[in-house]
Amino acid sequence: MKVTRRAILGAATLAVAAVSITTLSGCSSSAPTGAGASANDASGGSKTLTVWVDTDRATALKDVAAEFTKKSGVKIDLVVKDFGKMEQDLTTQIPTGKGPDIAVGANDWTGQLVTDGVIQPIELGDAAGDYEKVALDAFNYQGKVYALPYSIENIALVRNTKLAPKAPATWSDMLAASRSTGSKYPYLVQVGPQSDPYHLYPLQTSFGAAVFARKADGSYDASRLTIGGAAGTEFAHWLHEQGRAGNLSLSMTGDIAVEKFEQGQSPFMITGPWNIAAIKKAGIDVAVDPIPSAGGQTSSPFVGVQGFFISSKTKNKLAANDFLTNYIGTPAVQEALYKVGDRPPALKTAFDSVSSDPVMQGFENVSKQGVPMPNVPAMAAVWQYWGVAEAAIIGQKADPASSWQKMTGDIQSAIDKQN
Amino acid sequence: MTLTTPNLATDPTPGRKAKRSARAARVAEAASAGVAVLLTKIVLLGVIDALGLYALFALAAAGSWLVFGLVLAATALINWIYFRRGGLPAKYLTPGIVFLLIFQIFAIAYSGYIAFTNYGSGHNSTKDDAVAALLQSAQTRAPHSPEYPLTVLDRNGTLSFLVTAANGQAEAGDARTPLHPVTGATRDAAGQATGLPGYTTLNLSQMLDRQDEITGLSVPIGSDPAQGMLRTPDGTKAFVYTSTLKYDAAAGTMTDTRTGVVYSDTGKGAFTAPDGKQLLPGWQINVGLDNFVRAFTNQAIRGPLLGVTAWTFVFALVSVASTFVLGLFLAVVFNDWRMRGRKWYRAAMILPYAFPGFLSALVWAGLMNPQFGFINQVLLGGANVPWLTDPFLAKVSILIVNLWLGFPYMFLVCTGALQSIPGELQEAARMDGASAWATFRLIKFPLLLVSIAPLLIASFAYNFNNFNLIYMLTNGGPTDPNAAINVGSTDILISMVYKIAFVGANRDYGLASAFSIIIFVIVAVISAIGFRQTKALEELN
Repeated sequence: MKVTRRAILGAATLAVAAVSITTLSGCSSSAPTGAGASANDASGGSKTLTVWVDTDRATALKDVAAEFTKKSGVKIDLVVKDFGKMEQDLTTQIPTGKGPDIAVGANDWTGQLVTDGVIQPIELGDAAGDYEKVALDAFNYQGKVYALPYSIENIALVRNTKLAPKAPATWSDMLAASRSTGSKYPYLVQVGPQSDPYHLYPLQTSFGAAVFARKADGSYDASRLTIGGAAGTEFAHWLHEQGRAGNLSLSMTGDIAVEKFEQGQSPFMITGPWNIAAIKKAGIDVAVDPIPSAGGQTSSPFVGVQGFFISSKTKNKLAANDFLTNYIGTPAVQEALYKVGDRPPALKTAFDSVSSDPVMQGFENVSKQGVPMPNVPAMAAVWQYWGVAEAAIIGQKADPASSWQKMTGDIQSAIDKQN
Repeated sequence: MTLTTPNLATDPTPGRKAKRSARAARVAEAASAGVAVLLTKIVLLGVIDALGLYALFALAAAGSWLVFGLVLAATALINWIYFRRGGLPAKYLTPGIVFLLIFQIFAIAYSGYIAFTNYGSGHNSTKDDAVAALLQSAQTRAPHSPEYPLTVLDRNGTLSFLVTAANGQAEAGDARTPLHPVTGATRDAAGQATGLPGYTTLNLSQMLDRQDEITGLSVPIGSDPAQGMLRTPDGTKAFVYTSTLKYDAAAGTMTDTRTGVVYSDTGKGAFTAPDGKQLLPGWQINVGLDNFVRAFTNQAIRGPLLGVTAWTFVFALVSVASTFVLGLFLAVVFNDWRMRGRKWYRAAMILPYAFPGFLSALVWAGLMNPQFGFINQVLLGGANVPWLTDPFLAKVSILIVNLWLGFPYMFLVCTGALQSIPGELQEAARMDGASAWATFRLIKFPLLLVSIAPLLIASFAYNFNNFNLIYMLTNGGPTDPNAAINVGSTDILISMVYKIAFVGANRDYGLASAFSIIIFVIVAVISAIGFRQTKALEELN
C-alpha cells in the first residue's frame, strides 16, 4: 500500500474509531434500545420502578425505597428533577413511553395532568378513610382520586412570642396587640407588584368569597364561579382600605416581609412553613396560630398537598400500586417522610405523632380549617386576572367594586372560551 | 494519488533511487504538518466516526430509519470533507454548520411543523393513548363494592381471581367465567381463601412477571357485564368496577353509560358530543393554517398588537444604539495610551457581562423597589419614584437595565475593532490637520462599522426577542386594569405570545409556534435588509 498521508490518516482514524466504539458500548448500560429492555427484565420478577422526585424528596425517599426493595425485590430508581419543570416534563415525556412510573407532584397539577391523559386514578380502598379529608379532596378530580397524598402545606399566622405572648382571637385583637407594642406594621404579608392572591386567600375567604363552589364529594365545581358577588365586592373594598392605610403594599415582596419580621418590625406574619427555618435562625421564637377573620367568616387558607402520581402508561402498574398503597400509605413510612421533609403528613395516624413540634402542630391545626388548592384546569383562567385586579385595587389605581366585577367577568369569559 | 512527483524528465538518475527519494519527500511532507496536529485530527475524526457508528447501531435497533439515514449521510459527508484534499473553506465551516443545523434549523423546522398541529393541553398524544387514558379514568369503583382480599391463581396459563366475601364464602372466576362460589379452598390463619385444588397460587414475583395481564384482567361478577367487573390494582385486593365510558372501536365512538350520550371523532382532535362538549384528553391532529389564522384574528391580541410591536422595535433599536454608543465611547477613551491603569478599568467594565443576565435582572428589580429599594431609599434620599409600576418609567427602567447588561459586550468588540485600525491612518490624518473629532468621524468610525455592523444586526435580533429581561424585571410591566387582556406596558412581542399561548397551565403549543414563526419571519427580513446595507461598507476595506 502506498504510504500516502491520507492512507495514514484513514488507517489511524479507523483504529481510533474501533477503540472508541467499544469503549462507548461498554460504558452505556442503558442504551437507547431500552424500549424493549424493560420487558426483558422479566427474570425472576426483578422489576424497576422509576420514580421522579425533586432534590428535597430524594433524600427523604432514599431509605424508604431501600427498605421496600429489601421487602419485595422491586428496585426503585429515584430520578431527581426540577420541581418547577416537573409538570411540563410529565406531559411531554409520558406519551413517549419513556416517562416515569411514579412522580411526586403538587395537587393543583391534577386537573391538567388528567386532561393531558398522563396519569391514572389510584384506588385507596378502605384505607381512604385513614387520610385527612382535605388531602383526599385535594387530589379528587371528577370524582376519582389521582394520587397518594403524603404531605400537607398551608400558611398560617406566625407570631413573634416575645412581642405578642397571646394568640389573637379576632382581627381587632391582632391589631390591638400590634399597636400596644408600637410596631411599624400591624401585620406582615407578602404582596408583590402583581399581588399575591395565594397569601391573601384566607382573608378573602373570611369575607365569604371563595373562588369556586365545591361539590358534595369535596372537589371543585368549575361551572360555579363564586369569586364575585357581594362578598367579593366587600373584600375588594377592604383591600382598597388596607392599601390606603399602608398595611398592604405592592412593594412588600416575600424577602422584604421576612426581613422585616426578623427585625421585629411586626409581631405577626402570614406565611408558610418554608420561612420558619430562616426566622428561627434569626433568633425569633415563634408560635403558629389560626389566621383571625377579617370579614366575619372563617379564614380558610389554601392547602397544598403533595402526593405520588402514577403514570397512565406505566408497565409496572401492579408494582407501582403496591409500592404506594401498601407501603408509602403506612403510618411508619409517612412519619419517616415527615421527619425528613418537614411538612405535616397526610395520614391521620401519622399526623397525630407530629404533636411533638408545636410549630408543625400549629400549621396542622390551621390545615383543618383550610380548603384544598383547586386542581381544575379552569383555575388557570382565575390566576390570569386575579393578581392584576388585586394589585390595581391595593395600589389605589382602580375603583374596588367595578374592577372586582370586571375581573369576575373576564375570568368567566376565559373559562367559557376554554370549554 | 501522490503529493509530489519527482520530475522524471529532468531528473538525472531516474529509477529506484528517484522513487525512494520521492517517497521520503512524501512522508516528510506528511510529517511537516506537525505530529501533534495530525494526531489531533485522527483522534477527533475517530471519535466522531465512533459516535456516528454507535448512533447508527442504536437507531437501527430502535427502528428510526429516517434519523438513521440522516446520521449516515452526515457522518459520510464529514468524513469526505476532512479526508479530501483542498476544500479548505468546508473544513473550517463544517462544525459551525453542523451546530447551526441541529440547534437552529431543526428547531425552526420543528416549530414550523408544530404550528400546523393543535398540540397543547388536552391534545397531548395519539388517539390510542387518549382512548386508553379515557377508559382508565372511566373505571369507577361500584358504590357498594367491598374491598375483597384477593389471591391470583393460575391454571395452564389462564389467570383466575380467588376472593373471600364478607361472609367468609370463597368465590372465584376468570375472564370468561363470572364469579361463583367455590368449595375446598385452602385458607390461611385469618380465614381468607389462599388457594384452590388444581390451581397454582402466584407469589409476588410471579405476579410481577405478569403485571400487565393481572391488572388488565376483568372478572364479571354476574352474567350481565353492566353489573360490574372485578379488578385489582395491586394484586392483593380486588374491587368491583363499572366503567362510565364504553368504547366502540368499529364505530370509533365513546358512549357515556350513565347518560347515553355518544361522543364521536369529528376530526377536531377529541371525542365530541352532538352538543359540542368534548371529552378530554384528546389527541394531536393536523389543523392546517388554523393557528396562523387565529394568530392574526385573535381578539385578545389585536388591541395591543400595534403598541407592543412599536415598543418591541423601540426597545431593540434603543438598546442597540445606547449600548453601542456607551461601549464605543469607553473603548475610545480606554484605547488612548495616555490613560493610566487601563487594565484595571477594562476589567471592571467587563464585570456586568460576567454576571448571569437573569440574576442581574432580579437584583435590579430589588434595587428599583419603590418603597424599599436602594435607589429610592439611599440614592434619591427617600423619594418614591415608581420605577417599575409607572408605564412610562417601567420602559425607561428596562432600557437602563439593558444598557447596564449590554455595554460591556460592545466595549469589548469596539476595543478589538479599534485596535485593528492601523496607526498610520491616525498619523496621516493628524498630519493633514484633522481634529480628533474629524479623524474619528471620517476615518475610524467607517472602518469600525465594517466589522461591527454584523454584530449590531445580531444584537438587534437578540434584543428583539429578549424575553429573559422583560420576564425577570417586570414580567411585562404594569398592566392596565381596564384593558381587556393581560398584556402589560413593557411586554414585547415574544413575551406577549408567551402570555397568550401559555395561560396558566393551559398550553397551546400550536398557537405559540405559529406566533414564533411569524416573529422569526419579521426578524429574518429585517436582518436580511440590514446585511444587504452593510455590503456597501465592505467597499471601504
